[in-house]
Amino acid sequence: MAAKTLIINGKHVSAEENATILEAATEAGISIPTLCHLDGVYDAGACRLCLVEVAGISKLLPACTTKVAEGMDVSTDTERLRKYRRMTLELLFAERNHVCAVCVSNNHCELQTLAYSQGMEHVRFEYRFPKWEVDNTHALFGMDHNRCILCTRCVRVCWHIEGAGTKNESGRGAKERIITDLNQPWGASDTCTNCGKCVMACPTGALFYKGSTVSEMERDRSKLEFIVTAREKKQWIASE
Amino acid sequence: MSFLDLDEFLIELAGKVELVFSPVMDVKEYPENVDLCLVEGAVCNEDNLEMIHKVRRRTKILVSFGDCAVTANVTAIRNQLGLGNAESVLQRAYVEGAQSNPGVPREPGIVPLLLPRVMPVHEVVRVDYFLPGCPPPADRIKAVLTQVLSGVEPKLEGLQLKFG
Repeated sequence: MAAKTLIINGKHVSAEENATILEAATEAGISIPTLCHLDGVYDAGACRLCLVEVAGISKLLPACTTKVAEGMDVSTDTERLRKYRRMTLELLFAERNHVCAVCVSNNHCELQTLAYSQGMEHVRFEYRFPKWEVDNTHALFGMDHNRCILCTRCVRVCWHIEGAGTKNESGRGAKERIITDLNQPWGASDTCTNCGKCVMACPTGALFYKGSTVSEMERDRSKLEFIVTAREKKQWIASE
Repeated sequence: MSFLDLDEFLIELAGKVELVFSPVMDVKEYPENVDLCLVEGAVCNEDNLEMIHKVRRRTKILVSFGDCAVTANVTAIRNQLGLGNAESVLQRAYVEGAQSNPGVPREPGIVPLLLPRVMPVHEVVRVDYFLPGCPPPADRIKAVLTQVLSGVEPKLEGLQLKFG
């Protein structure tokens, strides 16, 4: 496979032809904040946290869905990007009801971690306080739409890794929501295999194991990694 | 209350500051020309609203202290009930949940009316610095107070900014 040479933060980097900017950066040891990206499933470009600047292009591009090109000059950590990342995080917090203090994922949440690591000390936008439901109809898992950021990781692992296609999206904009099958209670789903991959994939407290209370929801991604490694590398081993 | 977690630092602090107003002090009126105020809690009723404006007018440095002040936190969950949420929560607490004498307490001038919407402090007045946490850990409080006392602009970073 042909290699492409590009520049990331002033550093010359070589990447495989079909690699994304995110893959090239990760390979070169340059970290770009991500939220909807999950190793092993296709990228959706949903969260906009990984936006980068590419010289000669005025708009910002998501590193996870933009392919590398020869001679591309990428910046991943500029004043402008930091400003937008913080704004994106604040909008995510303002959009639904994220109450860290009483959340199952407190201290283990990717949204919470990104917020403090990007210096978000308060949300400048007015909180919307929408009314969302909690679906507790499934025997093992629950879904709290208040904490969902619509990253669609659950939809992608359900379709791409498990192959069940239970999790889907419905609606657009602020009314978009994750649904089960054709919008029915999770517990009534004919397609759900109870595998729990969606719960393992969720970055916030939106999907949880029933019975977990504040700060108790810790996610084990090793099963996802195991399957992805087996599929991609034909090796039946779980990485550390 | 997490302020008391400062333990022995409280003694050191007492030697450097003059405490002029606090829930643990018998002072009725918020004084003039206050250097620094740590504001705890969200703005949820008419008394809070009047008080926060007074605090802002009379204070040089206002710090939003703890998740309730910074995000409105659990206290703002009633906002999710939409219009009429103030009446709904009162009904729930004082009528539906009452074991005896059901009835919403109404004493104009004594019992403050709930605002239609619970707000974080910065939505009502200008806030100088934010100190999140539920509760804010002692080292975080100490970091901000130490910076202010040494004349440095307080700045928290990384884990020190964690909500929850």
